[in-house]
Amino acid sequence: MIWDKKSETMPLEDLKKLQGKRLQKTVERIYTNVPFYKSKLDECGIKPSDIKEISDIKNLPFTTKDEMREVYPYGLLASKQEDIVEIHTSSGTTGKPVVGAYTQNDIDLWSEVMARTLSMGDVTSKDVIQNGYGYGLFTGGLGAHYGARRIGAMVIPISVGNTKRQLSVMRDFGATALTCTPSYSLYLAEAGKDEGVDFSKLPLRVGFFGAEPWSENMRAEIQEKLNVKAIDIFGLTEIIGPGVASECECQDLLHVFEDHFYPEIIDPSTGEILPEGQKGELVFTTISREGSPVLRYRTRDITYLTREPCACGRTSVRMHRILGRTDDMLIIRGVNIFPSQVEHVLLQVDGVEPHYQLIVERRGSMDLLEVQVEMTETIFSDELKVIELKEKEIEHQLRDSLLISSKVKLVEPRSIERSEGKAKRIIDKRNI
Amino acid sequence: MVVQQISVFLENKAGRLASVAQALKDSSINIRALTVADSSDFGILRMIVNKPDDALKILKEAGFMVKLNPVLAVEIEDREGLFFEIMKLCDQEHINVEYTYSFVEQYSNKAILFLRFDDTERAVDLFIKNKYKLLGPKEVSKL
Repeated sequence: MIWDKKSETMPLEDLKKLQGKRLQKTVERIYTNVPFYKSKLDECGIKPSDIKEISDIKNLPFTTKDEMREVYPYGLLASKQEDIVEIHTSSGTTGKPVVGAYTQNDIDLWSEVMARTLSMGDVTSKDVIQNGYGYGLFTGGLGAHYGARRIGAMVIPISVGNTKRQLSVMRDFGATALTCTPSYSLYLAEAGKDEGVDFSKLPLRVGFFGAEPWSENMRAEIQEKLNVKAIDIFGLTEIIGPGVASECECQDLLHVFEDHFYPEIIDPSTGEILPEGQKGELVFTTISREGSPVLRYRTRDITYLTREPCACGRTSVRMHRILGRTDDMLIIRGVNIFPSQVEHVLLQVDGVEPHYQLIVERRGSMDLLEVQVEMTETIFSDELKVIELKEKEIEHQLRDSLLISSKVKLVEPRSIERSEGKAKRIIDKRNI
Repeated sequence: MVVQQISVFLENKAGRLASVAQALKDSSINIRALTVADSSDFGILRMIVNKPDDALKILKEAGFMVKLNPVLAVEIEDREGLFFEIMKLCDQEHINVEYTYSFVEQYSNKAILFLRFDDTERAVDLFIKNKYKLLGPKEVSKL
């Protein structure tokens, strides 16, 4: 179901014009109000009047996460502080957090793009949404909340964690839609199974999962275990939170809400814009935000864009689910490895579940990769050799796919940390 | 005439055996025999206990990966050559022994041999045919 037919099915020509106009307004706004951007633009010799159409974006400077941190807390404000009605921040686990500031118009925009997202899974005012994203400074909880409110659906603002209560609330209130991270959805499924919950007997029918990378195999597992249609959603605090892009009912690539968030794919080393279909670093410019607009934010996510038409009728450009991170990418013995590749392989091995961790160590000048995978009921045997054969089988499959050898270690069930937020997949013990 | 052995998957790290032992102790489960098979990374603790079903439930609840597997408990006289006789018998019939362990009763001249076969049914028939004494769950729990 298309929430905003006019915007979501706009002909490309009209869209380009709209994007150009909005970009121009954004550059004007930040040139006047944000000293950080004024000096950046001055350095590049660009005046707001130089921006005439959307393709002029290529002349604008990039913004990095580090730059955004340096101006913490209010350095990105393009509105008067009294016009800001809400703030959110990134987790700040790797340094100072990045701040997103929202005017009332920004909150309305956020509600709209999240209403578009939820409509992609046919959520209407009749639905009951169990919102398992964390409420607070994290954008997930309130973002999904605002979207549900805009549609008029009933929200259960349960937030993250307290799994037993999640399960009873899901049953008691008859939740039809679930919003949470994909890893938490599987955690719920496992816990539900232990409690004897039969998900096929619950009215739950759709889930919107994002905030961490996941794979097609994980989707299959979630869909089977929770008996839902699993929709991949995408967003980031630096841009607005969830609601930057989402899969539609076709579950094939994510529609970018490009009338508000303009995407580009660049070569991460040269900054050159890459043509449609080529993989590279995803870059976003907010062209409708007021509180904290961002120019050409380098996400460090790797993906590609395509304008191939989608069966749903929406005309927006689509992005592939994130293929990796420029910073999460492990380089082991010269080979690039993404956790998502490992996950893909693991899920093809019979009896293996996607609970794993990659541990990299350096012995002498040699990098060693250990893949820890949790033992499952299907794999476990009272015979040593059966387990060892399974380890060998996984090692073999990983070598075929990653092109480097690794050591697979089966570990006790639930011993790998289950983030109720995001799964930590890599432990890099190398001191490089 | 088979006995349920409980097998527990354990990572090779400090305190794991103690955790199993504590869970069993807290539920008053008595271990009758045990053995550990280990690789460099993990071990499999195999135990004969007085209440296998309870032990399974308790250890599962404590988060361990556990399974019950059928083994034969053969009571034999504690004398030279008997283990050889049994192994010879299995070999002649082409019944494969996956693993075995035993214990000796201190105050009698009996020994109990626990045997895990790939084909448990055939093994049971073989032992009965050859008049070996197979212990059932009740007898084992009283050991």
